[in-house]
Amino acid sequence: MHTRRNFIKISSLGLGATALTAGIVNWALGTPISKNVSNGSQSSAAGKKVATYCEVCFWKCAGWAYVTPNNEIQKIIGNSDDPQCNGRLCPRGTGGVGMFSDTDRLKTPLIRVTKGGVQSYREATWDEALDFVAAKMKSISEKHGPESMALFNHGSSGKYFTHLLNSFGSNNVAAPSFAQCRGPRDTGFELTFGESVSSPEVTDIRDTRCLVLIGSHIGENMHNGQVQEMSEAIDKGAVIITIDPRLSTAASKSKFWLPIKPSTDLALLLAWIHVLIYDDRYNKAYVEKYAEGFNELKEHVKDYTPEWAYGITTIKPELIRNTAREMANAAPSVIIHPGRHTTWYGDDVQRSRAIAILNGLLGAWGNRGGIYFKEGIKVPEFPHPEYPKPAWSWRDTLNGRYPFAKEAVTNTIIEASIPGEGKTNLIKGWIVSGTNLIVSIPLKEQLMKAMQSLDLLVVVDTMPMEITGYADVVLPECTYLERYDDLRASAHREPTLALRMPAVEPLYETKPAWWISKQIGERLGLSAFYNYKDFKEVLEWQLNKVGSSLAEMERIGLKKIERKTPLYIDPASDFQFKTPTGKIQFNSKELQEAGFDAMPKYTVHPQPEDGFYRLIYGRAPMHTFSRTANNRNLVALMPENSVWVNPQVAELWGIKKDQYVWLKNQDGVVSNFSVKVRITERIRWDSVYIVHGFGHHHKPLTYAFGRGINDTELITSVKIDPIMGGTGMRGNFVTFLKTMPKKEARL
Amino acid sequence: MRYAMAIDTRKCVGCSDCVVACQTENNVPVGFCRDWVVEVVDGTYPNVSIELRSERCNHCNNSPCVRCCPTGASHFEDGGIVVVNYNKCIGCGACIESCPYEARYSHPDGYVDKCTFCIHRVRQGLDPACVSVCPTKCMYFGDMDDPNSGIVNVLKNRKFKSLAPEAGTKPQIFYLV
Repeated sequence: MHTRRNFIKISSLGLGATALTAGIVNWALGTPISKNVSNGSQSSAAGKKVATYCEVCFWKCAGWAYVTPNNEIQKIIGNSDDPQCNGRLCPRGTGGVGMFSDTDRLKTPLIRVTKGGVQSYREATWDEALDFVAAKMKSISEKHGPESMALFNHGSSGKYFTHLLNSFGSNNVAAPSFAQCRGPRDTGFELTFGESVSSPEVTDIRDTRCLVLIGSHIGENMHNGQVQEMSEAIDKGAVIITIDPRLSTAASKSKFWLPIKPSTDLALLLAWIHVLIYDDRYNKAYVEKYAEGFNELKEHVKDYTPEWAYGITTIKPELIRNTAREMANAAPSVIIHPGRHTTWYGDDVQRSRAIAILNGLLGAWGNRGGIYFKEGIKVPEFPHPEYPKPAWSWRDTLNGRYPFAKEAVTNTIIEASIPGEGKTNLIKGWIVSGTNLIVSIPLKEQLMKAMQSLDLLVVVDTMPMEITGYADVVLPECTYLERYDDLRASAHREPTLALRMPAVEPLYETKPAWWISKQIGERLGLSAFYNYKDFKEVLEWQLNKVGSSLAEMERIGLKKIERKTPLYIDPASDFQFKTPTGKIQFNSKELQEAGFDAMPKYTVHPQPEDGFYRLIYGRAPMHTFSRTANNRNLVALMPENSVWVNPQVAELWGIKKDQYVWLKNQDGVVSNFSVKVRITERIRWDSVYIVHGFGHHHKPLTYAFGRGINDTELITSVKIDPIMGGTGMRGNFVTFLKTMPKKEARL
Repeated sequence: MRYAMAIDTRKCVGCSDCVVACQTENNVPVGFCRDWVVEVVDGTYPNVSIELRSERCNHCNNSPCVRCCPTGASHFEDGGIVVVNYNKCIGCGACIESCPYEARYSHPDGYVDKCTFCIHRVRQGLDPACVSVCPTKCMYFGDMDDPNSGIVNVLKNRKFKSLAPEAGTKPQIFYLV
C-alpha cells in the first residue's frame, strides 16, 4: 500500500498559556456567606459575564461564560432569553469549559516532515503553515483547477472555509451531517411537504397531546429544547409512544413502548397508515384540503394490516391498533417525530416518507401540538465580490446517482479523491474542519485510500482527534470560548440572534477559524473576499443592518425578533405547501419519475446469523459525537461506553457483568479495544447496543485513548440509500470474543 | 423555615447535568461529586421499567452526621440545611460512615464535603445550581413551611417517597413517583 501519508501521533507539543479577559458584563460571585459554611469555590469578588453560544453540539444554545477576576472561566450558564435552552444548558454545555481547559489541545501549527524515512510533525509558525497550505492549494489549482479542493466540515467554523473554497472556485463542501445523519429525513419530508423539519426541529412538542418516537431517543440525545419540551409534555399528560428494540429513557417514560424487531419499522408504519385509513380515523378535512394521492395510498396499504405487520415486527396487532387510535385521538396535536440520525438500512428516505405521510394523514403539519412553521431572520452577507463559477461541482461526483441529494454526499467526495482510469473531476486536496472523519465516516478502507491519494490534507481542530494524524498540516483552532464567531441566526417559534464573543484570550498559539480562513485567502490573492481587519467589523456591519449593534448584543447576548408570519396554518387562508402542486404528496410523482417507488414499500433486511447480534448505536446525554470523550468535566460521568447485552444472551455466552470482551463483526473486523459488558433487561436478545464516540485510538487524547470501543470501525457493511446517498449503518452484526484476539494486519 | 427538595422521577432523564452544574458552581474537584444519578431497572424484557433519580445529601431532620461529628463541624444552618464547617473539620470520616445515603466524601484538601443546597445561592433567593440547570425541570426546591411554595404544592398533588426511611433520619429529599 502507498504510504506517503503515515499516521502520526501528535505528541503534546506546546507553549505556555496566557489568558486575558474580554467581556463587558459584570457579575458578583455571591455575597460572602458566613464563615462556618463549607464552600469550595466562592470568592466574593466581581467577575465578568461574557455572551457566548455553545459549540459542543449543533443545538448552539446561547449562554453566559462567567469569568473570575483571575481570568478563569468558572462556569457557563444558559441565556434565559434563548428559546433553544431557556437558561438551562445540557450537561455537555455546562461542562463545555472542559473543551477550553483540556491540556491535550492542539497548541501550535504542525507540518509533516520526513527525516531518514521517518515521518513526523514539526512545530511551525503560523506563517510557515499558512504559506505551505496556500502554496499547495495554488499548485493543485494550476494542475487540476480550483474545484479539486474539497472541504469536510461540522460546526461554526465550517462557514469560513466554505467561504474560502467558494472564493477560490470550488463548491465541493460536504458535511457528515447529511449523508451520515439527517439526510434521509430531510429528503423524505421535502418530497412530502415541500420542506424539511430543519434544525432545531420544528416539532411542537411542548403543546402536543401525543408524541411518537421511532428509534429517536430524546433524553439520551440531549437536544436541549426538545428534551425540555418533552418534559413539559409529560407534565401536561401527553401520551408518548416509543418504538425501539431497547428500553430507551424515552421508552421508559412512555405510555406505550413497542419493543420492535430491529429493521422492521417500515412495516409498523405501513400498518399504522392502514389502520388510520381503513378504520376511518385519519383527519379527513385536512387530507381533503391539503393532500393529494390519498386514493393511491389507500389502495397501496390495503394489505399492510396489523396482522401482516405482527409477523414481521413482533408487535401485537392489538397494540398496533391501539397506538394508531391514540394518535388519531390526539390529532392534529400529534407528532410522529422525524428523528435525526436516520441513516439505518438504506431505504431510509422511504421510511421517512412513511413518517411524513402519517403526519399528513393526522393533520400534524401546520397545527398546534404538531409541526409548526419556523421563522428566522436573514442576516445580510458581508459584502464581497461574486464567487467565481466552478467548472464542476459536487453534483458531478454523484455520477448520475442519488438524484434527490440536496447537499453534497461525503462519500462521493471521498470517492472522487481516489484516482482511477478515465476518472475526471478528481479531488486532490481536503480541508477538514471540526469533524473527525475517522470516527464519523463508515467505509474506512475507501477513506484511507482517498487520504493516501491527496496532494494536500489540512486539518483544523481544537483537539488532536484521529484525523489530525493523517494531515500534512495541522492548524490549531481556539475553542468557542476564545473567539468571536458568526452570529447564530436561528429559525424557531420566534427568530433569534445570538452573539459569541471571547470569554478569554486564546490559549497557546491557537487562532479563530475566521482568521485562519482570511490568512489563507489573502495568500491566495483573494483579499477582496476578506475586506475587513477583524471579524468584529463583520459583526458590527451585520448587526447594524438588522437594527442592532455589537454593544447591544454584548450586553444581552441574545435578541428575540418579533414574529411576522403565522405559527400554524390559518384555516381561513388558501394555504399552499412548498411542493410542485402546493399539496402534500402522499403519492410522490417526483420519486416515480426518477424511477423510485412513489409510495413506501416494506423491504426485508438481512438478519443476524446464529451467534451474531445486530449492532445498534446511539447517544448518551453527557457526550456528543466523539468530541467529548476527553473532556475532563464530563468523563467522570461516563468514562467509557459499554456493550449492552440481554441477560439471556449473557448466560448463553457465559459472560459476566463488567467483563471485558472484544466484538467481531460479520466481516471479521474486530474492535480495536475491549469493551465492558453491561448485562441489562433494557435490550432485546437479538441486538447489542453501544454509545457512539468512544474507543479513541489516538494516544494524544490522553484520557480517551483506549477507553471503550468505536462503533464506526465495526460498520463495514453500508447500505446506500439510492435516493439521496445516505449511508445505512444498522445492518452490521457482531459476536463476542472473550479473549484477546490475535492482532492481524490492519489498515 | 424548612428547605427541602422534590425530584420528579417521571421527568428525570438521568442526563447528569445536575452533577456537572454542581461541580462548576461549587468547584468540586474532578473525580468527586456532591450529587449523582441512580438508575434502577426492574422487570424482565419487555416488561421493564426504569427509575432515574438525582441523589444528594438528604439534609435530614434527624441527622446522624451532625450527631456523630466530634468537633461540631457538621451542623445545621437556618432552614435545616446541613453543612460542614471545613475549618473545624478534622477529616475523621465518622460522618461518612454514619450517612445512610453515602452523600459525603473526603475532599483532597483534608475535610469532608457534601451538598450544601447551594446555600450561598439560596441566601440570595436563587435555586441551587442543580435545580436551576435541570433541562427537564424535574427538581423543585423550596420552603416546606410556606404553603404557597412550589414544593408544597407538588407534594400535595403527587405520590412521593423518600430514600431509606427505615433509617429514621427524616430525609428532606422527596421523590415523586
